[in-house]
This record gives sequence, structure tokens and C-alpha cells, in this order.
Amino acid sequence: MSNSTRRFVIYCLARCVTGIKDPISMPGTVDELALVAALHTGDEAVFAELVEQHSPSMLRVARGYVPSHEIAEEVVQETWIALLKGISKFEGRSTIRTWLFTVMINIAKARGIRERRDADAEIAAYTGGTVDPARFRPPDSAKWPGHWKEHAEPSPFPDTPEGSVLGNELVAVARRELDKLPERQRIVVTLRDILGFESGEVCELLQISVANQRVLLHRGRAAVRQVLEDYLADVS
Amino acid sequence: MDCNELVELVTAYLDEWLDPETRARLDLHLLECDGCQNYLQQFRATLSTVGKIRDEQLDPLYRARLLDTFRDWR
Repeated sequence: MSNSTRRFVIYCLARCVTGIKDPISMPGTVDELALVAALHTGDEAVFAELVEQHSPSMLRVARGYVPSHEIAEEVVQETWIALLKGISKFEGRSTIRTWLFTVMINIAKARGIRERRDADAEIAAYTGGTVDPARFRPPDSAKWPGHWKEHAEPSPFPDTPEGSVLGNELVAVARRELDKLPERQRIVVTLRDILGFESGEVCELLQISVANQRVLLHRGRAAVRQVLEDYLADVS
Repeated sequence: MDCNELVELVTAYLDEWLDPETRARLDLHLLECDGCQNYLQQFRATLSTVGKIRDEQLDPLYRARLLDTFRDWR
């Protein structure tokens, strides 16, 4: 671990005093201080459980920063090493998950060879809509400009009970579209809508403004909505 | 508020980021517009679907590598 990364890990551990609560209850979540205590005593089963629970989503997010899956794996591995090295300073006042993602994103950024661009300027540069403008009446329409054209109005999506065939298909369609989103949109949608991070946490993790988080989130969600609508139009 | 304006505000609406005046205009529009009601329903259904995405299982070789780091540390 580089000195700057070590300093950052210590900084994160020292900052774990914000009392952020885990917004969703993940399977297998137990009292985190007990987990940390078990790690101290060298309990490999506890480590294995944490690895199983968090590594897949860490890999997904890390991949948005680095050019290959292999490097994402190294980043995640370094993050676990950082956790183990810093475990004696972990006070359990933030969740382990928030801690892991904060450290992981920092390591991933340092490893990322992608061109650095001004994130905020890049987001602000985009001004297009998220729904095909052809679905709305033109601005010079005599009647209801800007409203849905006849036959272009959205129809409700069907109810899909948990585990239903259509429900599973829609999840697969959504996943494929998520993987295709521009990386910042993908990361924000993953953190907010799959992993359940709160808005403030996401802004802090990604160092973006609330307004830009909202733009990225909305564009990502709207793109997924569009492919689901197309898919449902095809199957009905 | 027009429909093409409303569709861009849905995330802000659902996350309660709208100022009260804009929120009121949006709520009033929804009362009168089936298309936008349906759009909002689609958007909520989309969030629910995305929320069900789960990551794949870890590659067993990679999992073993991570567990090795634990053994090295201990």
C-alpha cells in the first residue's frame, strides 16, 4: 500500500464517526462490531462471509474506474487488505460497507488510467431529454404543445410477482442496459438503486454535487425505463 | 407544466428534491394526465426491477485469492 493510500485509510477510519445507517438490510448482516472483533481473533469464516457479501458489488463499481476486470479485482483485493490492516482502528460508527466503498473508490481512482475530465462540466454539457422528443406534440402545436401525442402515451407496466417469468426477464433486460450505461450513470444507479446508498453518501463517495448526482441518476434510470418499455411492447 | 417537462423531473420528484411550488405543479399535472401517471408508474416499476439486480457469484479462484490475503494477514 502506498503512503498516500495508507494515510487515506487512516483518515477514513478516523472519520467513521458520522453514524451513517445502512439503508437496506443485507442478508446476513449482524452487529458489525462483533464482526470486527471476530476478524481480530482471526475468524476466517467471518472474513469469508464479508468477502462473499460485498466483493461482487465492489467489483461492479470498481470496474467503472479502471480499464479491465483484472485491475478491478486487484483494487478490490487491495481494499480488503486495507481493511485488515486498519481493522484495529475501526470503531463501527460507519458501516463496514460504507468504509469499504470509500476506500475502494479511492484506490480505484489512483489506479484508473482513464482520462481525467472535469466531471461537473461534462455532466452540465448534456442538455438533451431522456424521452424521445417525437413522442410529444411540437412547441408550435395548436393544441397542448409539449404533451404526449396520441398513441405515444406510456401504458402502465404489468405487475410482475416476485420470481415470475416476466419479472425475471425484466431484471435481465435491466441488467444488460445497466451494463451499457456510461460509467458515471452506471455507478450512481448501482450505488443508489441496487445497493441502497443514500444520496448524501453517494455525493461524498463520488465527489459530485447533489445536482449532478440527480442528473446522472435520472438519465440512467430513464434509459433503463426505455428498454423495459420497448421489451414489454415486443412481448405483448 | 407540460408532459415533456414532467418526464425530466421524475427522479427529483421521487427523491423529494423539488421545491414545493414545482412539486405542486407536478402533482396538479398528474391529476389530469393519464400518460404522465403511467410514466410515473413505469418509472417506479423500473426502480423496483433495477433493485432486484443481483451481482453474479464470485469467481471461485478469485474468492480463494481473497481468502489467502486473510491467511497471510493473520
